[in-house]
Amino acid sequence: MPKTHVETTINGEPQEFLCEPSESLLAALRDGLGLTGTKEGCTTGDCGACSVMLDGRLVPSCMVLAPEAIGRSIETIEGVAQGDSLHPLQQKFLEHAALQCGVCTPGFIVAAKALLERNPDPSEEETRYWLAGNLCRCTGYDKIIRAVLDAAAEMREATA
Amino acid sequence: MLSIRYEAPASVGEAVALLDADEGAKVIAGGTDLLVQYRSGLREPTAFVDVKRIPDLMEISIDADGLVLGAATPAAEVFENTEIRQLWPGVAEATDLIGSTQIQGRATLGGNLCNSSPAADTVPALIAVGAQAVIAGPSGERELAVEDFVTGPGQNVLGRGEFLVKLRVPRPGPRTSDAYLRLIPRTEMDIAVVGAGVALTLDEGGTCTAARVAIGAVAPTALLVPDAAAALVGSSVDDAALAGAAQAASAAASPIDDKRGTVAYRRKVTGVLTQRAAAIAAERARER
Amino acid sequence: MSERKFKYVGTRPIRHDGVDKVTGRANFGADFDAPGMLHGALLRSPHAHARILSVDTRAAEAVAGVKAVLTGQELPKLQSMWMGGAEGGIDFRDIAENCLARDKVLYHGHAVAAVAATTPEIALQAARMIEVEYEELTPVLDLEAAVASDAPILHDDLQPIGATDPLPEGPTNIAGRVEFSRGDVDAGFAEADVVVEREFRTQMVHQGYIEPHACVARIGEDDQVVVWCTTQGGFAVKNYSAMVLQMDPAKIKVISSEIGGGFGGKTTIYLEPVAIALARKARRPVKMVMSREEVFRATGPTSGTIVRAELGAKRDGTLVAGRLSMFYEAGAYRGSPAGPGAMCAFGSYKIPNFYIEAHDVVVNKPKVAAYRAPGAPMSTFATESLVDELARELGLDPIEMRLHNAVDEGDQAPYGPVYGPIGLRETLEAARSHPHYKAPLGQNQGRGIACGFWFNAGMSSSANVSLHADGSAVVATGNPDIGGSRAAQAQMVSEELGIPVERVRPVVADTDSVGYTDMTGGSRVCFATGMAVIQASRDVVDQLRARAAQIWGVELDSVAWEDGRALPANGAEGDHEPLPIEELAQQMGRTGGPIVGKASLTAPMAGPGFATHLCDLEVDPETGASRVVRYTAIQDAGKAVHPGYVEGQYQGGSAQGIGWALNEEYIFDERGEMENPGFLDYRMPVASDLPMIDTVIVEVPNPLHPYGVRGVGETPIVPPLAAVANAMRGATGVRFTVLPMSPPRVLEAIDA
Repeated sequence: MPKTHVETTINGEPQEFLCEPSESLLAALRDGLGLTGTKEGCTTGDCGACSVMLDGRLVPSCMVLAPEAIGRSIETIEGVAQGDSLHPLQQKFLEHAALQCGVCTPGFIVAAKALLERNPDPSEEETRYWLAGNLCRCTGYDKIIRAVLDAAAEMREATA
Repeated sequence: MLSIRYEAPASVGEAVALLDADEGAKVIAGGTDLLVQYRSGLREPTAFVDVKRIPDLMEISIDADGLVLGAATPAAEVFENTEIRQLWPGVAEATDLIGSTQIQGRATLGGNLCNSSPAADTVPALIAVGAQAVIAGPSGERELAVEDFVTGPGQNVLGRGEFLVKLRVPRPGPRTSDAYLRLIPRTEMDIAVVGAGVALTLDEGGTCTAARVAIGAVAPTALLVPDAAAALVGSSVDDAALAGAAQAASAAASPIDDKRGTVAYRRKVTGVLTQRAAAIAAERARER
Repeated sequence: MSERKFKYVGTRPIRHDGVDKVTGRANFGADFDAPGMLHGALLRSPHAHARILSVDTRAAEAVAGVKAVLTGQELPKLQSMWMGGAEGGIDFRDIAENCLARDKVLYHGHAVAAVAATTPEIALQAARMIEVEYEELTPVLDLEAAVASDAPILHDDLQPIGATDPLPEGPTNIAGRVEFSRGDVDAGFAEADVVVEREFRTQMVHQGYIEPHACVARIGEDDQVVVWCTTQGGFAVKNYSAMVLQMDPAKIKVISSEIGGGFGGKTTIYLEPVAIALARKARRPVKMVMSREEVFRATGPTSGTIVRAELGAKRDGTLVAGRLSMFYEAGAYRGSPAGPGAMCAFGSYKIPNFYIEAHDVVVNKPKVAAYRAPGAPMSTFATESLVDELARELGLDPIEMRLHNAVDEGDQAPYGPVYGPIGLRETLEAARSHPHYKAPLGQNQGRGIACGFWFNAGMSSSANVSLHADGSAVVATGNPDIGGSRAAQAQMVSEELGIPVERVRPVVADTDSVGYTDMTGGSRVCFATGMAVIQASRDVVDQLRARAAQIWGVELDSVAWEDGRALPANGAEGDHEPLPIEELAQQMGRTGGPIVGKASLTAPMAGPGFATHLCDLEVDPETGASRVVRYTAIQDAGKAVHPGYVEGQYQGGSAQGIGWALNEEYIFDERGEMENPGFLDYRMPVASDLPMIDTVIVEVPNPLHPYGVRGVGETPIVPPLAAVANAMRGATGVRFTVLPMSPPRVLEAIDA
């Protein structure tokens, strides 16, 4: 069976790759394209470490078949910072010590960014429920939630 | 090594042809059940038929008759629709309970129904509001009530070459609303241990004139419980009626012991959730 | 200890590895590839207990793309040799046979054979084609079954270790026993006005790190093995792999990747010797990555336990006697944390008469590994629940009751040593005056309090500090950074050298590039490795002073070091202009050569850590579902180097303990197969399950460390089990002695 040829857009740039038809988008990103910022924690959609945006919607990339990316637009953690300039969420994660081991961090940042794009002023509860699919075993979530709320406040101020 | 094909038909007819030609081909909508089953070796499809490029499958339309919901519309899109949340709040809250935000970006109501797990959250909610399932197949379309779709754990009425195209939900009349509750050990990211969906209609005096009660995760399929509905109809949805509905729902449950809960626990909580969901649905109906 | 004024220690700099981690650039275990690399996969046992009669690998070897197949018989056969250790011991034969079973499989998921192939899919498919003939044996699935007189025996040659006096003759599943005692227990209980007695049970739980185990092994042309892997100790991987493969450790270099959580679970090896052996056979690099299911089924969780506990007090609350009989599941091979569990159980209180015995019991479940304060949460669940019961029976405030009995400096720990300055009393006082303790409770809510103790480890560490010509510095240590330790090490260098934290680059060195360093574990890195870092920095300062003395033509003791500058001192004040580190560094080529500070040390003791936790829990009385609505963790850090990451340890340990108390458990079927090997049904807390977790850092300086630091990583998981259970008692009126307190269990107890 020949491999599937996928033409897609990743972080705003056209990309093409070959994949097995049954391969996950997660595997294609990591192994095919070297975009290892998207992490594998479970491959069953239960940990959020592989979160990416697919046509503007937050999805677990382990639950997407790589060929589904044909003609779609994908955003990964590698596209969040603009050059050397960190996204406010990234900056706040650093300032709040919101990561310990850091393996869940890319997924949290991608997911939190999706939240703030929809809701620039989320409550603590909304933030906790939105991020309930991102497991973190190190922090107890406290500093992560604070970092997201603080980034939201700063982003609101910047656009006010 | 066997390799699996990926197909992305552009029309219902194409999809039917693909499925009819290859019994091993499986429809993938969100994939959140299918891919997990595939990777754990539970299912070995010969092809993934991605139906998300068929416009009918991605449609949300609401008119005087009600809702037409494409079977492959992601849960997140359904929940984000303010009109759906307003008209069928129980269906919306069940949709919002499917997995995490990420999973909701993929998972679909159609997939939730076709996976045919007894614990599917949206199924009792859809049964409560009287939803119909529209199926396409080699001999054309057919339509049946959601409560008749699932025939057992992981089993349903779909025959060879058939797949679910859309769901139809009738528009609620005046003073009609619905609610869905489930019990999980955590606050998110769990499979329902018990689920209960209730839809009911009140008259101007606040007396319940119609009700549908459905329970999930407590029998081989989600169950419509007419006895629980009967306990509500004719009442003002007062404490006695609620207790009656709870009792009827508990009696209708035939749960199993498993890693998620015990028989006794599920039976009791079926009543508790039925009662609470009915109270919420009544409160909502009074406001409409 | 004199009050030292710190400039960098105690601040909250941004961690050096932070930008890489928020941008996705950081490389974790599975993020490495090597040219020409193959992928390894394991065949695992479908039985919990069986004899391996034969293994036929021919079909697998015939698969196109398969380059090597390996069975347990091909690994060197080792002799059993037990080496004890503070957090449990090791036997390299067991480690080897846990990596690949030889004659017997001892749990469902036990690795039996391995394949290396050109893709992970081919490797997995080929592994499944290996034919193994088993003779099924009856699995031993719980502690009571394991110690029954007619129990099936896991290891025919198991020799019990430790306090062996009442141990049975002949084959047994009791691998060891420890005991501690003080005073006259029977007399103590006779003296008590109130005695409470309960049996407590906990289930196996997993560390739940988000990153699965992963490694790449490559054989270099000079036969040098290079292993990239995610581990809590590069030297452990090197030495353990060398033992398992009977190689010279000098031939193995381990490069530890960034580590995506460990909590003790990455202190041993599973994949590395297999990957090395496959790489040797195939003559190509081999990568192995576990699935989440493999992590649950076949890496080390911590023990399920039974703790029979009895505690007696006088009417005024004075504890007079305690008795504990404990059983810890070791899993397939000996080495449960029964010992540390016994050491910690009564660590917080002055109890004049006690007897503690703890058994290490093998069962047909995965071999346990260290998990944050190994053994202590379970024994403390029992003792802190009983202290709570006593306070209730005596009508005493639970904090006053604890303060009345709290250990102080000079008291003897249950396992022997005398405590130096410790902060238990301070944490209790902080809890008493915290707004949380005075806040009103809502309907169906209860408040629980519990203390916790962990002895903390010291052990061996090395550090190098190298100065650059511009006055910046690199500090290299051998401890993988599991939660911000690099930032803390840079702060210590800054404190000594007097340069900004941003000018210090902290790195985790590979095993060829730094002196021997014990694992990241035992809450020892900031304490012991930190001491090595301080000593190495002081070595640099001494060399800088010598260079300044040389430049000025004065004696060494006429040069002081302050704020990043050499200053004339000891009568030479004013004779010379201060020489900043930048100038001295620039000249070092001409004044004697490069400056590198080195230190290697073994810290035989650490300073113990005490904590007090407050938990408010709300219970739905109709469904048994519960939620933690407020939580406060108070702990003595000695001195918090980076308070942000100290708070993070308190919060993270609390969250793990809350999960353990409420929902986490291994569920096995009657054949010994784990039924919930995924994050959906192994229910770790998610963000919406928890409130903010308040923290209070108490600082009672540890005299064993130059800054007063004591380890903080492990103590935070010790109190939560009892804190939550005590809150549940308050909310429901029911004393829960079995974890987890899942909704079905709670509802059943409320309705009983």
